[in-house]
Amino acid sequence: MIDLLQHYLGHDLGYAVWYLIKAVIVIVPLTLLVAYVTLAERRILGFMHARIGANRVGPKGLFQPFADLLKFVFKEIIIPAKASKAVFFLAPAVILICALATWAVVPFNPDWYFTDVNAGVLYVTAIGSLGVYGIILAGWAGNSKYSFLGGIRATAQMISYELAMGFALLGVIMVSGSLNFIDIVNSQASGRLAGSALSWNWIPLFPMFLVYLISGVAETNRAPFDVCEGESEIVAGFHVEYSGTPFALFMLAEYASMILVSALTTIMFLGGWLSPFPHSWGILGHESMAWLVIKVLILLFGFIWYRATFPRYRYDQIMRLGWKVFLPITLVWIFVLGAWMVSPLSIWQ
Amino acid sequence: MDVTSILFYVFSAILLLSGLRVITAKNPVHAALFLVLAFVNAACLWMMLGAEFLSLTLILVYVGAVMVLFLFVVMMLDVDLEALRKGFWKNLPLALVLGVVVLLEMLIVVLKNPMVAAVANADPVTKISNSNKLGWVLYTQYSYPVELASMLLLLGLVVAVALTLRKSEKAAKYQNIAKQVATDSRSRFTMVKMDAEVESKGEQQ
Repeated sequence: MIDLLQHYLGHDLGYAVWYLIKAVIVIVPLTLLVAYVTLAERRILGFMHARIGANRVGPKGLFQPFADLLKFVFKEIIIPAKASKAVFFLAPAVILICALATWAVVPFNPDWYFTDVNAGVLYVTAIGSLGVYGIILAGWAGNSKYSFLGGIRATAQMISYELAMGFALLGVIMVSGSLNFIDIVNSQASGRLAGSALSWNWIPLFPMFLVYLISGVAETNRAPFDVCEGESEIVAGFHVEYSGTPFALFMLAEYASMILVSALTTIMFLGGWLSPFPHSWGILGHESMAWLVIKVLILLFGFIWYRATFPRYRYDQIMRLGWKVFLPITLVWIFVLGAWMVSPLSIWQ
Repeated sequence: MDVTSILFYVFSAILLLSGLRVITAKNPVHAALFLVLAFVNAACLWMMLGAEFLSLTLILVYVGAVMVLFLFVVMMLDVDLEALRKGFWKNLPLALVLGVVVLLEMLIVVLKNPMVAAVANADPVTKISNSNKLGWVLYTQYSYPVELASMLLLLGLVVAVALTLRKSEKAAKYQNIAKQVATDSRSRFTMVKMDAEVESKGEQQ
């Protein structure tokens, strides 16, 4: 395919077009998944609240996301008075770009990835740390006190949880000795318990797995950590001034980053595309992208489940959890892990 | 001109322009955002050199943490723009002299220092990943300087906490988390048994 493109378009242009096609191949299914995660969220929340949920548009409400999208597109975009116009429109773009750009290094199986970079983990953390700009700028640019408060809350929260997440990832890096996602997954396939779910990182790194899972919810500003859009206090938080398509972009970015965090948790701790069953089980025992998708979907269901289950955290409790609970846990486990790895009991030889 | 040099000139141009806008932008928030843009472009230039670790760390540390906190503070400050521009002409000569001195110093370093030539002729790191190589050098050859630097940072951290900690003041409010967590339903509400109240006939109309 790439040879064909380079034959017709020349070396550089062919390369660029090839990557453009690859980007479309990643982004289109992702957007569709986002659309159906929003629907799944409404239906599952409805089920958990003992009500029906969106079931009117199409069979079983399956066309609801497209009805929502059309509605967003045809709404008027309202710009608040004295808003900083450029920043106002920059914010949703930034948040969406960050949510999508991270997918550039996420592998879907050993042969199927957008790019295979050596510093994949570093890249994901770097781009992930940029996402907060979208929220803080959206909060500031709207020239509204409510959105500003939401932006400030989100910033403080994301900065706090980024640290714990970073340290949790450090454990994964120590164990696998690489910053490359494919190496990280492959390292989980080896060891004494190879070929089953027990050899994945989530068991030896269990505290870090928990910290990463919970911080992931906090990083995406989802319930119960959604103080930045706490509608009981600050209306709708950082996106209170947005309407129409810019608002839709915020929603798209929120769900895309939910999927991203689930995918990263899967790759780092749950063995990515590895099968939980031994190789002798035939097709069930083979590694495949289906396993990755199944694990991601289970984690996504968790996101929705938490939202239906837990009440929103108080702001000071969020800060305490991030700084005084998660950070010490990960720091201690890094030392434990270091000692474990050089001891004769090490399972990573 | 190949794609790499075109990209180099694009990134450099944006870097220089955004650097200029940092000091000329009227709104301090916009200035901070231009600084972010400058950092991102510098990171892109480093990435083109093959220094992926430095480049991503620049984004992670400076753009992702330092500038976010900076922006956080700048947004909350109620800056009087007129007062900021008041002393412009008075301070201009001194600022110009300082600027020229800094420029000369940098030129001397770039043009006269033999290290610059050595760096320019250095082999690009290609065989082993950049972060791997840096890790090896930092934790073997330069382990003492790294330890020293980390002790300095730790000192700064402790001092910052010590300076802002105000436990003795009565105005400071603290919550006993253990007490909050240990609470149970009985300390929150009590069940009271009472007879149903029957409204008297006189009130019903």
